[in-house]
Amino acid sequence: MTTTRALILAAAFIGLLIGIGGYTFVYAKGYSYLTNDPAACANCHIMRDHFNAWTRASHRSVAVCNDCHTPPGLIPKYMTKAQNGFWHSFYFTTGRYPDPLRITPRNHDVTERACRTCHADLTATIDPPHVETARGGLTCTKCHNDVGHIE
Amino acid sequence: MIRRRFTIPVLVTIIAALAAVAVAALLVNIFSRQQEARNPFYRVVELTDETVEAAVWGKNFPLQYDGYRRTVDQVRTRYGGSEAVPRTPTQADPRSVVAQSRLEEDPRLKIMWAGYAFAKDFREERGHAYMLDDQTFTERQDVVQQPGTCMHCHASVYVPYKKLGGGDLIKGFEAMNRMKYQDARKLVTHPVACIDCHDPGTMQLRVTRPGFLEGIQKVKAAQGVQNYDVNRDATRQDMRAYVCGQCHVEYYFKGPEKRLTYPWDKGLRADQILGYYEENGFKDWTHAETGAPTLKAQHPEFEMWNQGVHARSGVACADCHMPYQRVGAMKISDHHVRSPLLNINRACQTCHRWPEDELRARVETIQDRTFEVRNVAMDALVALIADIKSAKTRGASEAELESARGHQRRAQFLLDFIEAENSMGFHADQEAVRILALSLDETRRGQASLPGGVATAGARTPRPMVQGATTGQPTKR
Repeated sequence: MTTTRALILAAAFIGLLIGIGGYTFVYAKGYSYLTNDPAACANCHIMRDHFNAWTRASHRSVAVCNDCHTPPGLIPKYMTKAQNGFWHSFYFTTGRYPDPLRITPRNHDVTERACRTCHADLTATIDPPHVETARGGLTCTKCHNDVGHIE
Repeated sequence: MIRRRFTIPVLVTIIAALAAVAVAALLVNIFSRQQEARNPFYRVVELTDETVEAAVWGKNFPLQYDGYRRTVDQVRTRYGGSEAVPRTPTQADPRSVVAQSRLEEDPRLKIMWAGYAFAKDFREERGHAYMLDDQTFTERQDVVQQPGTCMHCHASVYVPYKKLGGGDLIKGFEAMNRMKYQDARKLVTHPVACIDCHDPGTMQLRVTRPGFLEGIQKVKAAQGVQNYDVNRDATRQDMRAYVCGQCHVEYYFKGPEKRLTYPWDKGLRADQILGYYEENGFKDWTHAETGAPTLKAQHPEFEMWNQGVHARSGVACADCHMPYQRVGAMKISDHHVRSPLLNINRACQTCHRWPEDELRARVETIQDRTFEVRNVAMDALVALIADIKSAKTRGASEAELESARGHQRRAQFLLDFIEAENSMGFHADQEAVRILALSLDETRRGQASLPGGVATAGARTPRPMVQGATTGQPTKR
């Protein structure tokens, strides 16, 4: 009898947890992170300036956030989303992040590859005479830093 | 038996409860972050065009006011900023802290300014918060009778001008210029305040200083733009420099009415300004050792910035001296106006993606080089002054000395233009060295113009540093 009661209590707590958790997920628009919608990235106000800048930048009509900030392929894409999603949430929640923001080397690499995927014709002709570009010493965004979003 | 039956459900309960606490905390955090994003602004007081008191504005804009109040900080960089020097307050001067004396750091300044009030007392400038006190209590006041014109930039003067002029800013300006400093001082209460740069209704930037309203009109006229009204024609980004240019400029008091005038008729460059003074023959004082009709240059930051690459790239004063900062979700201008070197992260790294040490090294390289040339030019000027003096004692005629005195006047103004400018060359590095080279040329010509056999090489200050220490270690923070 007491065991049953204890189990009911535990089940109630777990139900409560699922309820609050589910509510939080919906309230925070957790589902939006499974989409390609750039507005999802600006759910957190820290990205508002980047989002606003993107709406005025040259790539706004050809690329959304995910085109340049996630790698191609379903699994790599969602791995990247999961990894960044966790750390971005962590830093945004704790409030301990540098300002101005700096891209991590891994994410920078993802973006560099994205440039080179769409603009392969161009980068292929630049690379041979400038070996360091192919090795990552010189990157597209070093000079073209305003094509996506200036900030 | 009972214990074992309970253990698992109790553990599950505790874990589920802790998880629920964590999720609820996250929910609250998300909620508060979303509230932050709403950029709340609460108008708790009514601001009018007569509200001088910054603390009242601060009730509506607490974050900006908080930064503004921090201009009391005394922090030094290698070539600027101020050190807090304790002093015993007296009846006449109640300050218990002042900044370090530049005259003690570099005694050559006393020779350059011999006979002028600056040779009596000249200290490193402190933050905006001290502008009124440091002007009121400087020992320069004991040496000369200053006019009320000084208030233009040492106090929040917009409302006092309007009151004095019966609602007319320019009339009030002209009336206060003609007053004695001590009388005008009674009409003002605050150092620079919100109302000096902001419209109380819209918070837009505006120029309130007659000196700049008239000065910038002359600059624009020289460029072919007629009837330029800065408050009507300037862009928002222009204004982010112009409000600072209201005061951080070279100026003089024109005529017996002591009208504050920015000498920009020919342009903003040092040699153009000097050309203007050469034409109208204005002098600040007569040099005590040589009798030369000398000029004092005053903090021409706006003019020098205009010659530099940052101005050319559209970067305004506020972009580096009041960079944007994030407070919650709000992006506000940091109203703690200070050296960008004390805030490299926000001031420089928003555009220049290099490590802090690298950026500081770049700035200090420019400053070290400018400082070295400044010292060479100052040693040369001191030699010229000594030579004119010695020619005088040897009985050279006034006619013989006149040319040399003219060269001293010009050499000294050009050197002082860089010396008085608060960036040690950084605002426009090659321009600074160009002006110092012009100064050296004037000195050379001055020595050559003296009757034969007097010109001396003069002392040479060990380079790159100077006798005394004009440079200092940045404050440890």
